[in-house]
Amino acid sequence: MPVIFEKSGCGRSAYPMPEWKLDDADPIPPELLNDGVDLVEAGELDIVRHYTALSRMNFGVDTGMYPLGSCTMKYNPKINERVAALPGFTGLHPLASRGLSQGALEVLHGLSGLLCAITGMRRFSLAPAAGAHGELAGVMVIKKYFEKRGERRGVILIPDSAHGTNPASVAMCGFETREVPSTSEGDVDMEKLRSIVDQNVAAMMLTSPNTLGLFDRNTPAIANLLHDKGALFYCDGANLNALLGVVRVRDLGFDLMHINLHKTFSTPHGGGGPGSGPLGVCDELEPYLPVPVVLKGKDGFHLEYDRPDSIGRIHSFYGNFLVALRAFVYISMLGSEGIRDAGETAVLNANYLLSLLRKDYNLPVDRACMHEFVLNDKNMPGGVTTNDIAKRILDFGYHAPTVYFPLLIPGAIMIEPTETETREMLEAFAEAMIAIKREAETSPETVKTAPHTTPVGRVDAVLAARKPVLKWEP
Amino acid sequence: MSHIPDDLKYTKDSEWIRMDDEFTATCGITDHAQEMLTDIVFVELPEPGMEVAGGEQVAVVESVKAVSNVYSPVSGRISEVNRALEGSPELLNGDPYGEGWMFKIEMKAPRELDGLMDAAAYAAHIESES
Amino acid sequence: MKYTCGADADRAAMLASIGVRSVDELFAGIPKDFRLKGGLDLPEALSEIEVMRRMEELAGKNRPGRCFAGAGSYVHYLPAAVDALASRSEFYTAYTPYQAEVSQGTLTAIFEFQTFICRLTGMDVANASMYDGATALAESVLMSVGVSGKKTVAVADTLHPHYRRVLETYCWANDVEIRTAHGEAGVMMTPAADALDGASALIIQSPNFFGCVEDVSALSSAAHAAGAHSIVVVTEPHSLGLLAPPGKSGADIVCGEAQSFGNPVGFGGPALGMLAAGAGFMRRMPGRLVGRTVDSAGKEAYALTLQTREQHIRRERATSNICTNQGLCALRAAIYLSVLGNGIRKLAILNHKLAARCKKSLSSKGFRPVFERPYFNEFAVKIPGAPAVMKRLEEEGYVPGVHLGDYYEEYEDCVLICCTEMTGPDDMDGFAEAVARFAK
Repeated sequence: MPVIFEKSGCGRSAYPMPEWKLDDADPIPPELLNDGVDLVEAGELDIVRHYTALSRMNFGVDTGMYPLGSCTMKYNPKINERVAALPGFTGLHPLASRGLSQGALEVLHGLSGLLCAITGMRRFSLAPAAGAHGELAGVMVIKKYFEKRGERRGVILIPDSAHGTNPASVAMCGFETREVPSTSEGDVDMEKLRSIVDQNVAAMMLTSPNTLGLFDRNTPAIANLLHDKGALFYCDGANLNALLGVVRVRDLGFDLMHINLHKTFSTPHGGGGPGSGPLGVCDELEPYLPVPVVLKGKDGFHLEYDRPDSIGRIHSFYGNFLVALRAFVYISMLGSEGIRDAGETAVLNANYLLSLLRKDYNLPVDRACMHEFVLNDKNMPGGVTTNDIAKRILDFGYHAPTVYFPLLIPGAIMIEPTETETREMLEAFAEAMIAIKREAETSPETVKTAPHTTPVGRVDAVLAARKPVLKWEP
Repeated sequence: MSHIPDDLKYTKDSEWIRMDDEFTATCGITDHAQEMLTDIVFVELPEPGMEVAGGEQVAVVESVKAVSNVYSPVSGRISEVNRALEGSPELLNGDPYGEGWMFKIEMKAPRELDGLMDAAAYAAHIESES
Repeated sequence: MKYTCGADADRAAMLASIGVRSVDELFAGIPKDFRLKGGLDLPEALSEIEVMRRMEELAGKNRPGRCFAGAGSYVHYLPAAVDALASRSEFYTAYTPYQAEVSQGTLTAIFEFQTFICRLTGMDVANASMYDGATALAESVLMSVGVSGKKTVAVADTLHPHYRRVLETYCWANDVEIRTAHGEAGVMMTPAADALDGASALIIQSPNFFGCVEDVSALSSAAHAAGAHSIVVVTEPHSLGLLAPPGKSGADIVCGEAQSFGNPVGFGGPALGMLAAGAGFMRRMPGRLVGRTVDSAGKEAYALTLQTREQHIRRERATSNICTNQGLCALRAAIYLSVLGNGIRKLAILNHKLAARCKKSLSSKGFRPVFERPYFNEFAVKIPGAPAVMKRLEEEGYVPGVHLGDYYEEYEDCVLICCTEMTGPDDMDGFAEAVARFAK
């Protein structure tokens, strides 16, 4: 596919430039000026056709089932988009005074309250722009908490099944990561954990349900163990969808958590963002939240900066407001019953799909799953690998599952159907997966050379990395 | 089964070392290591002149989805590195014991070689790891 | 309202296939004592009609007004094509483009975005975007520190105060010391040698927080003479249509905010962080990078690349923890820049002239600029009793700039005013008259 720069024609323009008669401005010294720009000269129709063609080479939730494990690719209701396009929200400048921005502040305050009701936390900051940003802010809160207490604790514990963002966030706050092994049943190894937790451990981060799609049965015990030693318990909320309305994260003993609004609360992922990763904390950690926080006073809502124990500011303004707005709409529409229904159906759908696939695919940890489950390519015939299966499923009109994660399962295939897929869709997807297994037996080459029907064939990632070309040049 | 030449010494981290003369040696990663990594896309080499201890990390080898540290099998001073790998990391896949060599080292204590594995021991080691 | 469609008959069949009798049984792993007995304490569910009414009401409580505020977030005209194309759901309902074969749309657009940013900044490599300008700066500093091994940075005091605050947060967490390099009369002067001594980088914003254009070449030279990187922050990238690309003026890293390319202000988010650098930083960059390659038939294709820098592979040794960025905003920027094209120069000149017109209108009413320095589309002006005047202006339907006294005691009566093509020549005169009326 050619890039827009290759569609540039002499002197074309698509921008409706106003022709106002204005005096010359105060001059800028010539050495501070550029000598012209060289971007693009394309007409509006050229541009519209170009990006329409690009969109047709993309696969989204609206295109088809997107069982990308750990990413919760549920349907993104259209009402979210309509509300997020209201000029009263899109056109509001972030430094408009509080009198001009009461509606926006009410949304931020309101969403924090809704998230507290769902998780049992005391308050949420909506400043983090993505899950990893929320995690980073969370680890900063942990650092600040111990700093204020005058305790020096240098270690944060992370299970071997954790997302890579966990250790990376820990490292960005100057803590050392120590890995906690899992048992063969996919729970944290309590015996090992007991031997590691000491006065130097600041916290443990646990994804709940974990990245194997399992609820760690030791969760309350881990909380007690950590709290006994004065350490904090962080919940990576990437998989919160499974717990919606069933259990509140705070009740399990977690002290702080982040939520991915673009996973659990239906805001679109945008081809890699903008997401939103609100950070929620319990009473004791509330003073450390990033500034500003939105408070409600006698005369309306305001941004509060006077918080001496805060970790400080973490965003240019207040986070991804228009994303938070969509999540607010979603929760408002579902209410208590709808939220619980989403969580329950997500778990029902995953278990049903697992029941359809378990005869044909290896299930490394055999337990009732939550919202997702992990298979792998062990015993696949014909030398077919996980990557081959992921590429072949694209030919059947589905997005691929998450592959090669979590790292502790070799050749992992992580499937998360979400609650918005129907029974028929789950069955059709299972049939496709089983058909691939049959192909691996009878004609493995078809699988190994897949995909065959996508806009481009298998992409050479090795060449891309060996000879990096990161911008277009004529 | 990967290729394990008889005339080299090996580490448990899958580096090889070949004596060029009494004091200098050439090092690289084994055929088994390159197979495990799959297509190698980037190599970060040490600076010549660097003093290293045996077992110290001296280089990094990357595939599309993995990063692997390379450790010096012995102590000494890095005397030369294979710059050809910077433009053509695929040499490590095609000829790990020849054109894909990584660095030369002036050994401080050639006796350290005695602590390394011979071909048979290394073959048994990777067998036990798999 | 629900977006699930499990009929009871389906549920029964699915439970039978799983081999359990009830949905409850699926949650058996969660100790019973912890499971919620009642419902969540949430407001009653609303229908789509009701929610729309409620949200319109909330939107109505905001008053966006005729906006003269900038300071890191800019109201520009959004050509209709940007919304029309970016709202195609193949773009916005996709995840990060891990499966390149079905993500060429996103990947190509991001490759274009990277190219646009490189061309405008004069740098070799740009990433696929960061959360916002302030975190892009914080990550730039961590990149500089990672490369140099020096744990001190010098920051110009003309940097956006919000960026300074965010940088302080990240530097505290990473044990990096911040030194302030002082300027005078609204711009950075060549910093005193001791400010740069042992510093990993000098951070300069141009146009700076006060709207003044800095001499990036001279400041970069001073940084280089002290063995420090020059990090240049841009919060209004339309300025690059007129001003010299920082890369041609000695910048080693250029970062900042690209929201004003095709994205609404949206109460500050989503924003669009940009980060570009010289080729030597390529393998130390945070965030996603898209590269060109070929498919199995040798056809041109794009893919995420150099992923070994990232957290999902290198974990605690990754260049950053960033994962999700601002993909859709980068797409909007790419579409916007395609529409604007080389017209960016004309638009930049128009913005500059409009600011000059506004400055002149205010000046003719006796409101003097605070700094006599070259500016782009923002300038500070002295308005006696500014807070009260601003309040009155708000009642007239203006968002009357940013009160500098909120950030600096010494600028209590000063207002930072921004002009774009959304505030036309007629608005300027009306605004100046209103200011004069209320400042009496």
